[in-house]
Amino acid sequence: MKEQLQALEQEALAKVEAASTLQELQDVRVAYLGKKGPITEVLRGMGKLSAEERPVIGELANTVRGNIANAIDEKKAGIEAEQLEKQLAEEQIDVTLPGRPVAVGGPHLLTSIVEEIEDLFIGLGFEIKEGPEVETDYYNFEALNLPKGHPARDMQDSFYITEELLLRTHTSPVQARTMNALEDKRPVKMICPGKVYRRDTDDATHSHQFTQIEGLYVDKNVRMSDLKGVLDRFAKQMFGEDREIRLRPSFFPFTEPSVEMDISCKVCNGKGCSVCKGTGWIEILGAGMVHPRVLEMAGYDPKEYSGFAFGMGPERIAMLKYGVDDIRHFYTNDLRFLKQYHQA
Amino acid sequence: MFVSLNWLKNYVDIDQLTPEDLAERITKSGIEVEGIERFAQASTNVVVGYVESCEKHPDADKLNLCQVNVGEETLQIVCGAPNIAEGQKVAVAKPGAVLPGNFKIKKAKLRGVESNGMICSLQELGVEEKYVPKEYATGIFVFPEDTEVGADATDVLNLDYIIIELGLTPNRSDALSMLGVAYEVAAILDVPIRLPQTSLRHSDEVAEDHVSVRVEAPEVNPYYGALVVRDVKVGPAPLWMRNYLMAAGIRPINNVVDITNYVLLEYGQPLHAFDYDKFGSNEVVVRKASEGEKIVTLDDVERTLSAEHLVITNGKEPVALAGVMGGADSEVSDTTTNVLLEAAYFDGQTVRKASKAFDLRSEASNRFEKGVDPNRVREAGVRACQLLSEYAGATVLSGVVEFDQMDYSEKKVTIWTDKINDRLGTSISSDEIADILRKLHFNFEQDGETFVVSAPTRRQDIVIFEDMVEEVARIYGYDNLPFTLPQGGTQAGGLTKAQELKRHVKRFLEGAGLSETVTYSLTSKERAEQFVSPEVKEATVSTVSLAMPMSEEHSTLRVSILPEMLTSAAYNLARKQADVAYYELGSIFITDEEKVTRQPEEKLRLAGALTGQWLTHPWQQEKKPVDFFVAKGILEALFASLKVDVTYKQAKIDNMHPGRTAQIFVGDRKIGFVGQVHPATQKAYGLKETYVFDVDFDYLLEIHHNEPSFAVIPRFPSVSRDIALVVDETVPAGAVQAVIAEAGGDLVKDIQVFDVYQGEHLEAGKKSIAFSLFYQDPERTLTDEEVEASYQAILAEVAKHFGAELRG
Repeated sequence: MKEQLQALEQEALAKVEAASTLQELQDVRVAYLGKKGPITEVLRGMGKLSAEERPVIGELANTVRGNIANAIDEKKAGIEAEQLEKQLAEEQIDVTLPGRPVAVGGPHLLTSIVEEIEDLFIGLGFEIKEGPEVETDYYNFEALNLPKGHPARDMQDSFYITEELLLRTHTSPVQARTMNALEDKRPVKMICPGKVYRRDTDDATHSHQFTQIEGLYVDKNVRMSDLKGVLDRFAKQMFGEDREIRLRPSFFPFTEPSVEMDISCKVCNGKGCSVCKGTGWIEILGAGMVHPRVLEMAGYDPKEYSGFAFGMGPERIAMLKYGVDDIRHFYTNDLRFLKQYHQA
Repeated sequence: MFVSLNWLKNYVDIDQLTPEDLAERITKSGIEVEGIERFAQASTNVVVGYVESCEKHPDADKLNLCQVNVGEETLQIVCGAPNIAEGQKVAVAKPGAVLPGNFKIKKAKLRGVESNGMICSLQELGVEEKYVPKEYATGIFVFPEDTEVGADATDVLNLDYIIIELGLTPNRSDALSMLGVAYEVAAILDVPIRLPQTSLRHSDEVAEDHVSVRVEAPEVNPYYGALVVRDVKVGPAPLWMRNYLMAAGIRPINNVVDITNYVLLEYGQPLHAFDYDKFGSNEVVVRKASEGEKIVTLDDVERTLSAEHLVITNGKEPVALAGVMGGADSEVSDTTTNVLLEAAYFDGQTVRKASKAFDLRSEASNRFEKGVDPNRVREAGVRACQLLSEYAGATVLSGVVEFDQMDYSEKKVTIWTDKINDRLGTSISSDEIADILRKLHFNFEQDGETFVVSAPTRRQDIVIFEDMVEEVARIYGYDNLPFTLPQGGTQAGGLTKAQELKRHVKRFLEGAGLSETVTYSLTSKERAEQFVSPEVKEATVSTVSLAMPMSEEHSTLRVSILPEMLTSAAYNLARKQADVAYYELGSIFITDEEKVTRQPEEKLRLAGALTGQWLTHPWQQEKKPVDFFVAKGILEALFASLKVDVTYKQAKIDNMHPGRTAQIFVGDRKIGFVGQVHPATQKAYGLKETYVFDVDFDYLLEIHHNEPSFAVIPRFPSVSRDIALVVDETVPAGAVQAVIAEAGGDLVKDIQVFDVYQGEHLEAGKKSIAFSLFYQDPERTLTDEEVEASYQAILAEVAKHFGAELRG
């Protein structure tokens, strides 16, 4: 019987080895390990054996069954792995084909610049104020120390609607409006971004509509060195920590002293190049200490309060920062332009 | 203002600095230097030559054959200039010379004749044509007779000088003169200043015997000085003077005119020279013009005056428009022998009105407009007479005949050391302040830390304490100011709720695939009347137009963002950018007045435009053109994010497709529209099928609730039921859905349309709409009976309202 079992084992293992599909393997399992299989058959004849032989043969039979079952399981795992591999191979795609595009929009470059500046000044404790685009002559000029007939009105030829109404030529009127509106004459710390309009023929460097950001800080004991410190923070954050600023005298009717702020040229690092016209400096914005007449007209006592104000052009900043070469790009809304700055 | 450094050197020592360093110092402390230029680039090997003979070229009519003595030798030169003549002294570029533009001169043969060099025009020596005196404009330049032969011509001409261009702000009219610039440079460099000496030899004849002065409008003409010179020999001004004028951008004319212009530049005081013999009388009367009075000005144009213009008259008729331009009749000409010279102070605004009205901006009017120095008016007149006597052989009559009600006083401004430091954030000492005042040549009285400064009359811009703060700060140097941060109480900066919401909406739409535009607020009158949303139309009486537009294209303020946005879309389409998805958030301008007198109301609108493909994935053959539901889907998602409940109703709106436009409501309130642009309007704009929306953003700001709140996540399962209803094809799905929602009660949490069918399996004129209903009770599991009861209630209501039947 022992030989019979060993022969059956050999035979079964050979068939397992030969099986190539899961079905053939299942057939081998049924044939050899099933209730009607030859091993069961052999064991049925155990009754004829002596009491000493019976456990020996019994054990051998179990071993044989175990070996065959193991061989089948092993073979099965192998076949399954092979089949999976084949299936995966069939499922292969060309990963170099393009994916389905996702519609992506984005903010206008001017919005990105304005929001960046807003966030910077919010961090310094400023609020954001807004004002009307159609202004009264009073707020656009007179409240800013530009009485009728003032020569400085020449600098900004304007779009008038009536004698008393015009499209604002700067965002500065929001200064006066904000201060006027505060009944308790408390300190003011605000910036105001917005659209402004001037009588200019549109070309590469002029636009009849453009953007401005006005800033105002009025409190007791505001010093010009505070203006310098705040503008330095602004310049470094917008243009890089390695930029230097300088102030130089200028003139605005609503500030005294008045200055222009330049930053050191990024292209040549201040040595002088074509971008900075050889001076090493690039003009960024105008600023100054609020003129006492402006404070007075807005109901603030200039003996008690002082302040600084500044105004800048986001278009100019964008042009410097990104090398935009024509201001009209900001208003034609060419998607080839807009999309360049959707990540900016 | 163009400042020749050669000229400036006469008043201040600037030789220790390079032009670039000087420019930087001036820019940092005073006035922006906008450019440094060489008037004419250097030429080499150009000498003064004497034309010994000049004959016609044997083979060319227009050429001359000249023998020119250039000192050591005589050169034969062929010259084509029409004004060449024997006996002239001319500029000769010898062989080997290099002229501006790297033009090298070589020996050459011209029509068979040897030519050893070139006789030069000023243009060839690098002078811009517009500055070349008229008599030399089409030919060569001729030196004065006393010029030394063989001398370096560029040295004699003195063309190789440097000009700095000052960008003057309106307050610094003092620097519209060489003396003003000299004071400025002296202060910045701390060097002494040399003023011109105006000593004069008068004749025994007295000017008063020959002219009288009467001013009838002293409020606008507080000073009028008349000087008389005799026996003027009109001719060219000296070379150096002509050079200075050219450098300043003024073309030389003749010695009399050039001298008045020279003094204008030197003192900043405009002068006017009349031909005394053509003046028409011997009395000068200054008065306001009478309405409709006429004068022919120097440029031979007849001007009709009004009562706001100031004129100089001879007692009968105007001979000059004060401060702007002289009259043609009394103009100085080559035959003039006696000159009446005017040195006056005219009110800036009066001059400005006249120069603006006649579009006659000049060096003179510009200076009067900005205000001249009262203390230099008379002196400038005397200076001009001195120069006329020196360079035009004139005899100066004794005395200045004048009308004088001028205020010559200096403004007193008190400053305090501590207050200046408080304002600047500095710690400048009183001694330093005193030193700065000295550098500026400002007189002052000091009492410890208090200074009473007398602002010189040349500096009309210094009136108040703050003006002096600026003077101290700029001479002290802005570079020396410390960097500090505001020390006042801190406030929390931040965005208002409305500003936050604006950003939220922008980011939302960008995430939905739209690109933000910024379009012009000014549009054409025609476009301003298009796409006006009904609720805007109801609030608007007329459009707001500019009084004087630059073009019809930008003449009227927008009432809708869409027209300019569609113009931008068409711009892209024309450039093969067919897929456009835009939004913009901005103001429109509406007025309830027929003719605007008050500020129009500015309303925020949110607009969008979509055209072309919404989705394209070519190799998978996926393509989804933009349609109504793409546009509406974006709005629905936006409104959902703002928690604003809206309804849509079919509507007819100007410029919109009558069958594909929905008006949007919140309750009964109209808040905008969404739909397809009318095909005719699309065509007019150059667009293909385009969908737009326009929404009242101010109202959204008012009613939105975008504050998230917590709703319990349901623990009990939901039950869904589908219902397909057959209704007339005219019944809007939205109406059916509203009835379902109402009838279904609180348990119905969501209703979704999942199919709309019309066709062969249905009766003609009918359609089937299939809805999925989602039932849920947050507190417990629903029973079939409850759901069934709600379902039956719905069926009954839709049958009642629309005759709807369940689709079999």
